Amino acid sequence: MNSIAVIGASLAGLRAAEALRREGFEGTIHLVGDEPHEPYDRPPLSKQILAGTWEIEKAWLAKPEKYEELALETHYGVAATGLDVAGLNVALDTGATLDIDGVVIATGARCRTIGEPLAGVFTLRTLDDAQGIRAAFDKGPGRVVVVGAGFIGAEVAATARELGLDVTMVEMATAPFERSMGAEMGAVLADIHRDQGVDLRLGVGVSGFTGDDAVTGVDLTDGTHIEADVVVVGVGVIPNTEWLADSSLDITNGVLCDETTLAAPGVVAAGDVARWPNPHFGETMRVEHWDNAITMGTHAAKRLLHGESAGPYAPTPWFWSDQYDRKIQLAGRTTDFDRFELVNGDTESRTFAGIYGRGGRIVAVLGFNRPRHVMRYRALIDEGVSFDDALAADI
Amino acid sequence: MGFKVVVDFDLCESNAICMQIAPEVFEVRDDDFLYILNETPDEGMREKVEESAQRCPKQAIKLEDLPAAE
Ligand SMILES: Cc1cc2nc3c(=O)[nH]c(=O)nc-3n(C[C@H](O)[C@H](O)[C@H](O)COP(=O)(O)OP(=O)(O)OC[C@H]3O[C@@H](n4cnc5c(N)ncnc54)[C@H](O)[C@@H]3O)c2cc1C
Ligand code: SF4
Repeated sequence: MNSIAVIGASLAGLRAAEALRREGFEGTIHLVGDEPHEPYDRPPLSKQILAGTWEIEKAWLAKPEKYEELALETHYGVAATGLDVAGLNVALDTGATLDIDGVVIATGARCRTIGEPLAGVFTLRTLDDAQGIRAAFDKGPGRVVVVGAGFIGAEVAATARELGLDVTMVEMATAPFERSMGAEMGAVLADIHRDQGVDLRLGVGVSGFTGDDAVTGVDLTDGTHIEADVVVVGVGVIPNTEWLADSSLDITNGVLCDETTLAAPGVVAAGDVARWPNPHFGETMRVEHWDNAITMGTHAAKRLLHGESAGPYAPTPWFWSDQYDRKIQLAGRTTDFDRFELVNGDTESRTFAGIYGRGGRIVAVLGFNRPRHVMRYRALIDEGVSFDDALAADI
Repeated sequence: MGFKVVVDFDLCESNAICMQIAPEVFEVRDDDFLYILNETPDEGMREKVEESAQRCPKQAIKLEDLPAAE
């Protein structure tokens, strides 16, 4: 193998490029990304960058020395427009074609939107998005409405409250993070937001926005109208696979890979864009978390270079979210969980750890300011121990 | 030639990723602080500590090479 193209210059792509070098690949590595910036870290966008406590430079994913060492052919501000899987060629929007021997697909995901673009209505995925929202916050808006109480929404709400802004958060489900942590634990998180002064509207959707030149309010499905000067929509993401439409790859809800992250001979995928059967959970999943972008990018690089011997990619997914003074962490999969037990602390103090079980096995652990417990139970999930053994474990 | 583990505690957010990768070296205790159990681990631990440094969400971990012992 003489040359490899990494498409998507963000977390998964950069970590894959680093892993290629670490594993001894000495050929050409093209790193292609459609954003104008060098690779940067996204988690600070809803936290420190939005809060204004970090300069942008702190979010760059690597220092200049690192790039020198990696000797990448970088193509920033350039989009891939097509992949010829049989011939291993990548078409770029500059008109050029990269003729390579291997491809890492790491084009991530973008935000879902609601309705037509309107001034004052934002989504948050990129540095430019974060700077736009920050500028709108700096104008001292009367009211910020956050649509969706998932990851992005809940963090934006927390940061906006910390900046002293009035916040209403609207969520269709009956609790924030309901899909990832269940209704009961989501209710604990809901109380935290209420205590911090967020006007939380649950079980209701958004039917549209009002305003001609700029947003003036949000119409809810129950007929209510909320005034708004700034709206941040956080209603999930869509994997960036359009450029692969003619590639013959299966791109239903992400690029489908095999257990080893291989999508086709010479083609691997990693990060938010990749879907693969995780043998540890017997579930085909697409994981939109930071740590997964790193470990999957690394695994995909090894798969490309070393073939089947790289083995299956079978991680226990993990994410964290910072909201106010709470560090929320969830490791594992809560899909169809049938048991939940607190194993440390209590929900009143909002400092606790709890474990989820399915079919007699521990499948997930949730912690509010309990990182040590989360990591210990995560190890038990990795080992595949029974729920009862996990309950009895001395942690 | 050994190495020394250095953590920038101003950056560290105690999310214990490092502890999961290299529990011999890192421990987040109940007080929510990270403790380095062994600042100068054996060479055999280098790979794990490097992985911890890479996967630390705050990039708070560094490895410093130590001069060879006389
Ligand atoms: C605001 C925010 C906060 C977050 N906070 C957390 C957190 O606290 N904890 C956590 O675990 N996770 C968090 N995440 C999730 C985490 O950042 C993502 O999982 C991670 O960025 C995924 O990395 P990726 O490289 O797979 O994809 P992305 O980061 O989406 O990168 C893909 C890149 O590819 C580019 N691209 C797309 N199409 C093309 C094309 N055709 N040609 C060239 N380039 C293309 C995109 O523009 C982008 O730069 C957060 C995400 C956001 C947005
Ligand atoms: S992984 Fe990084 S931030 Fe987390 S506890 Fe270790 S040093 Fe601190």
